[in-house]
Amino acid sequence: MQLRENAMRIVFMLAACFSIVAVFFICFYLFINGLPAIAKIGPMNFLAGMEWAPSNNLYGIFPMIIGSIYVTAGAIVVGVPIGILTAVYMAYFCPKKIYRIVKPAVELLAGIPSIVYGFFGLVVIVPLIQDAFHTSGNTVLAASILLGIMILPTIVSVSEASLQAVPDSYYEGSLALGASHERSVYFVCLKAAKSGVLAGVILGVGRAIGETMAVIMVAGNQAVVPGSLLHGVRTMTANIVLEMGYATGLHREALIATAVVLFVFIMIINLSFSALKRKEAKA
Amino acid sequence: MKQKKDRVSFALSLLTHIAAAITILCLLFIIAYILIRGVPNLKPSLFEWEYNTDNVSMMPAIINTIIVVLMTLVIAAPIGIFSAIYLVEYAKRGSKLVKVILLTTETLSGIPSIVYGLFGSLMFVISMKMGLSIMAGSLTLAIMVLPTIMRTTQEALVAVPDSYREGSFGLGAGKLRTIFRIILPSAIPGIMSGIVLSMGRIVGETAALIYTSGTVAQVCTNIFAPGSTLAVHMYRLMSEGLYTEQACAVAVVLLVFVIVMNSLSSYLGRKLVKG
Repeated sequence: MQLRENAMRIVFMLAACFSIVAVFFICFYLFINGLPAIAKIGPMNFLAGMEWAPSNNLYGIFPMIIGSIYVTAGAIVVGVPIGILTAVYMAYFCPKKIYRIVKPAVELLAGIPSIVYGFFGLVVIVPLIQDAFHTSGNTVLAASILLGIMILPTIVSVSEASLQAVPDSYYEGSLALGASHERSVYFVCLKAAKSGVLAGVILGVGRAIGETMAVIMVAGNQAVVPGSLLHGVRTMTANIVLEMGYATGLHREALIATAVVLFVFIMIINLSFSALKRKEAKA
Repeated sequence: MKQKKDRVSFALSLLTHIAAAITILCLLFIIAYILIRGVPNLKPSLFEWEYNTDNVSMMPAIINTIIVVLMTLVIAAPIGIFSAIYLVEYAKRGSKLVKVILLTTETLSGIPSIVYGLFGSLMFVISMKMGLSIMAGSLTLAIMVLPTIMRTTQEALVAVPDSYREGSFGLGAGKLRTIFRIILPSAIPGIMSGIVLSMGRIVGETAALIYTSGTVAQVCTNIFAPGSTLAVHMYRLMSEGLYTEQACAVAVVLLVFVIVMNSLSSYLGRKLVKG
């Protein structure tokens, strides 16, 4: 009896350690396969190189890094204001009846597969931009709008949770001092939930920078630094998906190295997210 | 007594309502657009057993999807549930091991799916010599959905009142019996809601599967054969550029599936709160 208890205890513990093993293997395989390529190409040539031309042995991913940053920034501009305002609406403005519709709607928005978003972007957003600006519709703008919609649910649900956690006494105190409902909500409650909202935004940034399938459908994928919002762009994720199928040798390793760079970006974003969450838990 | 609002308050209230309306309208527009464009394309021929270039049937992809979902869950569910049991019922809160586990789980949930795909291709397909196969795809996805299953199970276990545990111990049951006979059964709705949620993610996943389970549009003959799931199938139809109508029909199937899964998941979640 005691033996079985102990045996199962160990089984549970081993299962729990599985995530550690998984992270270790992911790092191991990516770095082992990616770092030699960075060394071979030269870190500066790789990270700051302006030209990606595998047939000429040129492997500069700077345009892709900039591309990822551009579309992510665009997604923030589109998604963050709407996301935070929607979260405020859900936490302080929404009648209970409507909440019961809005909440599942936001969850559903999070559940729609990215390939379906990509399809929607390709057949709706791209032609709209084409008609409005008379250029090719596969642009930074299209990717930004689409990603902005895609990160909405992340921002909304994290921000809403931290707004709900603000003690009612803050709101009541502000009302008692004569502030209106809106002023209390925005200048007291939202301010109190600041770090939680910021955590939501960071999580959204992580989603946007890692998004692949939706972006390749609408971004145009030219491996050059885009000159404006109406130029095509290629992100790091797109670079990997588009060329991994036929790449060999150093080209292939360079793609894995691109994933290493992406991974490092994500780790930085994740660490700042958990640091913020800890800060919020303490406050 | 209704006070007249000052300008700032009025503007803020207006902005809030507009933003909420935009969010909802985005969702409604996407769903309506896909349904209106896709449903007329849902022809019976798209559900025939054979896939060929004249008739890009999605039936093989649907069967592959079901196989991948089942295999992924068979791998991920026990690991996820067991680790949640360890974290909630056994581990001392704040111990070093727990901190590391929580940190790595958080890391896993933040890794983009294309990085999973690349990792799966390096480790399972090449290094472990599985080749492009349903098995490699399922293993990759299992790691990907693990954090979701762990987190929801943890929440469900924490929600089980301590009096259940005390009652069971008081009647002389051991820890293991308490877990399997008392705690798990009352946490089932919450655990199921997490599993259903990850089913939705598996079905919608593309980037992690292209280079692990491949894009072959045939029913896989065994678990070490390649085969594309529904989402990968849709990606292939779109990237070939000839089958937009059919891709739209696949989008409808995916969308309907995700809506059903989401409602089921939140229904199960509500049941947990009530029970």
